[in-house]
Amino acid sequence: MTAITERRSLASKPSRSDSIFKTVTFSAGATTVGIMLAVGLFLSIRAGDALSVAGPSFLVEQQWSPETRVFGIGAILFGTFSIAIIAMAVAVPLALGTALLISEVAGGSLRGFLVSLVDLMAAVPSVVYGLWGLFFLQANVIPVSQWISTYFAWIPIFRVEGSSGDVLTEASAFTSSAFIAGIVVGLMVVPTQTSIMREAFSQAPVGEREAALALGSTRWGMIRTVVLPFGRGGIIGGTMLGLGRALGETIAVYMIISPIFTINWEVLKTGTNSVSALIALRYGEASDFALSALMAAGLVLFVITLIVNFTASSIVARSRSGAETS
Amino acid sequence: MTVVNDERQVGGDDIALFEAEEVAPRTNTPKPGDSAVGPRRTLRTATLDERFNIVGALVAAVSLATLLFGWFTPLTGAIGWVVVAFISFIAFYSLLVALRSDGQEVRDRIMTVLLVSAGVVLFSALVFVVAYTIIRASDALPHLNFVTETMELAGPLDPLTMGGILHAIVGTIIQISIALAITIPLGITTAVFLNEIGGKFARFVRTISDAMTALPSIVAGLFVYAAIIQLITHQRSGFAAAMAITVMMLPIVIRASDVVLRLVPGNLREASYALGTTRWRTVWHVVLPTARSGLVTAVILGTARGIGETSPVLLTSGVTAVMNFNPFSGPMISLPLQVFDFVKSPEPNMIARGFGTAAVLLLLVLGLFTIARLIGGRGPGQLSEAQRKRVAAASADDVVRMARNTNPTSTPENLPKEPSQ
Repeated sequence: MTAITERRSLASKPSRSDSIFKTVTFSAGATTVGIMLAVGLFLSIRAGDALSVAGPSFLVEQQWSPETRVFGIGAILFGTFSIAIIAMAVAVPLALGTALLISEVAGGSLRGFLVSLVDLMAAVPSVVYGLWGLFFLQANVIPVSQWISTYFAWIPIFRVEGSSGDVLTEASAFTSSAFIAGIVVGLMVVPTQTSIMREAFSQAPVGEREAALALGSTRWGMIRTVVLPFGRGGIIGGTMLGLGRALGETIAVYMIISPIFTINWEVLKTGTNSVSALIALRYGEASDFALSALMAAGLVLFVITLIVNFTASSIVARSRSGAETS
Repeated sequence: MTVVNDERQVGGDDIALFEAEEVAPRTNTPKPGDSAVGPRRTLRTATLDERFNIVGALVAAVSLATLLFGWFTPLTGAIGWVVVAFISFIAFYSLLVALRSDGQEVRDRIMTVLLVSAGVVLFSALVFVVAYTIIRASDALPHLNFVTETMELAGPLDPLTMGGILHAIVGTIIQISIALAITIPLGITTAVFLNEIGGKFARFVRTISDAMTALPSIVAGLFVYAAIIQLITHQRSGFAAAMAITVMMLPIVIRASDVVLRLVPGNLREASYALGTTRWRTVWHVVLPTARSGLVTAVILGTARGIGETSPVLLTSGVTAVMNFNPFSGPMISLPLQVFDFVKSPEPNMIARGFGTAAVLLLLVLGLFTIARLIGGRGPGQLSEAQRKRVAAASADDVVRMARNTNPTSTPENLPKEPSQ
């Protein structure tokens, strides 16, 4: 009989290869965070110069002339949002309809083909959409703009007026507008939104679907009572992720719009602006201080897209976990 | 209560017999092949009635719109015609359906029509965007010099038989290679860290890299312009552009690889640990090979995004018409920026070149996407036929080797010939 001398430790010492592995992967993670934080910190520090000069009026001032210390992103932010909202008005109905079509109506190999097509379209470079908007859409959408402004001029945003309040009807008053840029950006974000919504819809539980059909509901009745409520998180989240992309879109907007620095409520009329187009337009000739002002504009845009994206992904994640428990 | 009196029933015989005395007729189960089987009904196709509704409403709508636009009212324009025809199609169709069915059915039909038309509008618009670019590119693309020459000696007024975009193709390849050389090791190692090591810091890394996917591409370009070009190199270069693309691609690759690694089944890892391997060997021999196709797909999709980004390159790479192989000195243009630069010119030839460049870029991205689909069609751990054969051969070798090791005196004759018993 040997006496129990002492308790053996069960913790194993990591082998040398393991500790090297751990160090290497840890440092990769740290490098990634370092790069990301460097971007954020650098932007904030450089933007700080301009923000301390401009103060809170940076968000409401419409002019942009950092040389005279009078600058702000009031008009630019308005333009950014007006383009993004028009894009959403174009994109969300199309994305919702297409996502339902793919997940509920289309079947078999057609569904797989359409899913691939949507993913493929999400990979098409934005400069291609910009080309299409500039050379094709611009010329063909102006009659539509004219028609809307003729018959819906009683809605203020569809009115197109000259500087003295006279109604403009010639085609040149309708080019390079927020409306055209919004349509192009809308088409660009539809694939992203469609694939997120389709994924959410396809996760609607089979049991509830079949229960609805067994109670005699039609396909649309089933969609309305089962698929849409279960996919609500996906609809909101997908819309917001698309909004995030629409707010940050540069090159297609830059190619189409003609930049102005006043708030333009008439979305069909020539002239609008966006933060990213402003950066692309002004970075070249910028002095140190002007560059810092551009950084401040970029920082505001980044913060907005960050909020939009995090809200969206938390909504999508919450809807997913809810679907699992039921 | 119904009584099942089936000859195949084995258990509970007594009860069945006892009750069968009171319930008279035996249930008649037809033997297969006894009765004639009618033609199989197709449940999924539309009936003649439904088809007539659609075709009839379509004809009526087209006729009405044509009548309105041609004869009755002063309406004009192709877009207006389509809108009027569509609205009247829905009206006629719901009228025809309402003749036979109730409100529920009518609503279902209308919504189905709306869903299908949303899909048709979207897909035709998207396909049209691509087709328009390729059609407009047909002026420039047929000239072979377009992909073999640079724009060094060709001015805006020169014909399309002079000059090309070789310098932009080379620039894109160099920039994306530098970006990939940083992104692939760093991104995949970070994803491995997120999945295999875990812990508080890993959650922090994941949050930060998710946040970075929200970074607008122009802001990434502005960062590189202010931090690298203005402070360090003092000139635009291919390397700066590659850095901007890296900042854009890194979060995309991390996120996609993270998702793929998470799909690797836990029991594979546990089997490996149970055999006594270290973490490093488990990752290298089990996790990464299992997720290989998914990782390749993640990298290729990230590459497609990186190649197509214009705005970070716009600020960082500089515009040039000459070939530049050195990423560290002098401007180096890439395909998307070349498109942008071409179409700024009002000359029709330059615009044709712009469309040609866009088509080359588009074909490149579509090619990458197709490759990614072919590789990534399978989930983690699913093997192709050739891979399965290779794995089977390897495990047959293993059996032979293990048998030899455990029984060193054995002769080749008593080794197992067939590994799969």
